[in-house]
Amino acid sequence: MSIPLSDFMLFMPEVFVLCMTCAILVLEAFFGQRRPQLSYVLAQLTLLAAALISAGTLDTGRTLALGGMFVHDPMAALLKTSIFLVVVGAFAYARSYLTEQGALRGEYYVLGLFAVLGMQVMVSAHSLLTIYLGLELLSLSLYAMVAFDRDSGSASEAAMKYFVLGALASGMLLYGMSMIYGATGSLDITRIAAVIGGAQDKDTILVFGLCFIVVGLAFKFGAVPFHMWVPDVYHGAPTAVTLFIGSAPKIAAFAMAMRLLTEALGGLSVDWQGMLAILSVLSLAIGNVIAIAQTNMKRMLAYSTISHVGFLLLGILSGTAQGYSAAMFYAITYALMAIGGFGIIILLSRAGYEADRLDDFKGLNDRSPWFALMMLILMFSMAGVPPTVGFYAKLSVLQAVINVDMLWLALVAVFFSIIGAFYYIRVVKLMYFDTPETDEPLAISPDLQIAVSLNGLIVLGLGLFPGGLLALCNSVLA
Amino acid sequence: MIDYPILSLLIWLPIAGGAVLLAMDALGNKACRETALVISIVTFALSISLYTYFDTSTATMQFQENIPWIAAFSANYHLGVDGISMPLIILTTFTTVLVVLAGWQVIRDKTAQYLAAFLVMEGLMNGVFAALDAVLFYVFWEAMLIPMFLIIGVWGGPRRVYATIKFFLYTFLGSVFMLVALIYMYLKSGSFSILDFHLLPLGLTEQTLIFLAFLLAFAVKVPMWPVHTWLPDAHVEAPTGGSVILAAIMLKIGGYGFLRFSLPITPDASHALDWLIILMSLVAVVYIGFVALVQSDMKKLIAYSSIAHMGFVTLGIFLVFTLLDNSGSVEGAALGMEGGMVQMISHGFISGALFLCVGVLYDRVHSREISAYGGVVNTMPVFAAFMVLFAMANSGLPGTSGFVGEFMVILASFKANFWFALLAATTLILGAAYSLWMVKRVVFGDIANDNVRQLEDINGREFFILASLALVVLLFGLWPAPLVEVMHASVDNLLLHLSVSKLPHPETGVALLQAVRP
Repeated sequence: MSIPLSDFMLFMPEVFVLCMTCAILVLEAFFGQRRPQLSYVLAQLTLLAAALISAGTLDTGRTLALGGMFVHDPMAALLKTSIFLVVVGAFAYARSYLTEQGALRGEYYVLGLFAVLGMQVMVSAHSLLTIYLGLELLSLSLYAMVAFDRDSGSASEAAMKYFVLGALASGMLLYGMSMIYGATGSLDITRIAAVIGGAQDKDTILVFGLCFIVVGLAFKFGAVPFHMWVPDVYHGAPTAVTLFIGSAPKIAAFAMAMRLLTEALGGLSVDWQGMLAILSVLSLAIGNVIAIAQTNMKRMLAYSTISHVGFLLLGILSGTAQGYSAAMFYAITYALMAIGGFGIIILLSRAGYEADRLDDFKGLNDRSPWFALMMLILMFSMAGVPPTVGFYAKLSVLQAVINVDMLWLALVAVFFSIIGAFYYIRVVKLMYFDTPETDEPLAISPDLQIAVSLNGLIVLGLGLFPGGLLALCNSVLA
Repeated sequence: MIDYPILSLLIWLPIAGGAVLLAMDALGNKACRETALVISIVTFALSISLYTYFDTSTATMQFQENIPWIAAFSANYHLGVDGISMPLIILTTFTTVLVVLAGWQVIRDKTAQYLAAFLVMEGLMNGVFAALDAVLFYVFWEAMLIPMFLIIGVWGGPRRVYATIKFFLYTFLGSVFMLVALIYMYLKSGSFSILDFHLLPLGLTEQTLIFLAFLLAFAVKVPMWPVHTWLPDAHVEAPTGGSVILAAIMLKIGGYGFLRFSLPITPDASHALDWLIILMSLVAVVYIGFVALVQSDMKKLIAYSSIAHMGFVTLGIFLVFTLLDNSGSVEGAALGMEGGMVQMISHGFISGALFLCVGVLYDRVHSREISAYGGVVNTMPVFAAFMVLFAMANSGLPGTSGFVGEFMVILASFKANFWFALLAATTLILGAAYSLWMVKRVVFGDIANDNVRQLEDINGREFFILASLALVVLLFGLWPAPLVEVMHASVDNLLLHLSVSKLPHPETGVALLQAVRP
């Protein structure tokens, strides 16, 4: 099979990231001992270059390549660009953490880049097989990353849990895909959609397959009742890895949901809307309520992720272009907030000590007013209080939901956000109203300071001027 | 006309000032205080030009600014004021100057952050009053919670954490349902402009649901009985400056919300459910008046008195429908609404002044209990004179601004219904009882203890604060015309708007209305 050059341009970012990752792997093996920062610098340059490349293809229309296995559309370009940029942030936080914890190994970046490649494949998949391929590449990299600190018992436990449950979920997904294949006779997304659209009445086997696919998706998203792995993995993994898992993969999961549910199985929307509604309400309820009982920041943010996933699913289940773009906006901005939130944990940690208890945040305002302010912005953003970007994410999702006459879902969502607000403002309370437990000065490397400050200011800045990103999300789905 | 964006300046100058103050932390408290004072005075001076250039003959929005903001929601950065919001903005800028002065010596811990919080707060509150776009309004409305949450929580009393979280969650609870209502109307009208919402035709069921969503938001803010319980806690625990801002301005935002949103957007539902608001207001006036009587904590007493007085505001506002039905004329109905609005402004001055008086005593003795005082007049004669004046004003003494609003509302309620008037008028007795009884126990009598014996009278700074408040209380008491004149055109316009039903078939609508009214 010969590949025309014009096609090659479409998957340029994938090829570029793959080549660079392999190159970094080799260079790390030869020079890793002498130049510990080498992989970091190269990885960041790779991501930035890839972000530039895919941002450049934003205006390119929808095109298929590689015999219909791969699709390039504006949505893919935007999602890939966001994934690259979020991972740049995640790596910047991770470097400081890895240096401090004496675990500065190039493998983190290499695995991270492979995970990024997996996400890219998921975003641009146009065949059930490609989706599965991308998902497995992402998941396997993540399992290894969680177990990255091999001497830590809790990390190994978390990795094991993640692996077993993740494999189970992949199995479900694959099983569902096989049923879809059986019913439609194709793995190609457009063909599947055409077969379903042309059928007079629904094949039971299709709906059965859909169930398994939704279960698989829910596992990957971490939606209730398939959320059990989320708190344990978030808690057990080294913070630099939690930060990675909690951010960009949510964007990829959104892309996977879009490709599978709306593009391939759009004809079954009535069926998956109901399923997503249940998942979403349960996630909002369980996530927000159980987060209140947590004393560990990483666990609390894990439950908070679950509740955010509930909101994100609301956008998807509304089944309109407006809802999809709202969910996309939500996924991107949530990834931004999540890296910030975990980034602050890294900022408070010092050599041999993970500051992941809520009590570690006590009196942060006395120790560093600036970073307390940044955390305040991030927390209010997660709670959805303006003028932060989290508010517009919730606003656009609510608007999409009300627009399709599902007012009750909107009311449930806002009700649980009130409950959710409590645990976010409790963090603010700890930072501002309590006295610090330790007088130890914060030792923060300059690049971490810049990363956290930029992160907080972007969340605030997008809160004041959300128009650009919102319009972009709307336009790529139009 | 003013050819620079005055409203934007009033919003962003204090907010930028707050950011500057945070950066100035290292320069010491004195520099921060002086900067904050200069910024607040400049903002106040700017806001005066709103009054001088205000055109009282028209009800259209003035000093408008309108630029596109979020294209995806067709939300605009649309500002403008009319006779309803303009006085409230001046009240905000005026009060902020006093609040900055009031914290001059007392706040030694994190002074820069304290002052910055108040300045940011000022900008946001101005934004709430000036916003003509619902998204913009909601952003300011919610953002306002953040500085207030910190003010109570960081500089408050012993139970500050409980009080501030209660405050935050209560208000958040109220506002999210309003957000859903706003989104609903956006989807119906295709724009987030508040003025477009005013003209949006809505059926009675829709109106009722929207009205209830708004009611939840505004009733919590006012606060109306039975969702008032956050207020006494928040007031007692807040630092003096926080209490003043809460009482003088934040409560008014609830009343403003009724005038800007509930009445014009859902006139028929307001009409149908006005009995509910009137009932809640009368309960606030009578029951909360009795509750105030038994308080032993001065701040709590004033907090309850605020709830009772705000009951007058909502009573006056929602009497209009009965008045319109009875007289059929806009002039008669205007009395209640203008009374409510005058009461809002006047209560801003008086409650602020009373909280400042308590602050003066608290700074010296560190107790808010009435029983810790007695015979203050012997050691602080000048202060005692002010406190007596403000207590008199609080009980509605003729000649003070407290009288004007109360009198107008009682007069209007007489026109509406004898029983409303009878219940409303009990405030004259109750208000006098709790205010004057407190003054009697705190200010008069023999010197109660050594703390009181060692009190020093107010200094020049405190004198200035109380004197300027006393001046406006007397000014608007003796000559309320400037205030009422400004409101007149806007109130008439609002009443005209209310007298026309939004329902597609007004005849059946009226029948429906009659059916749901008891």
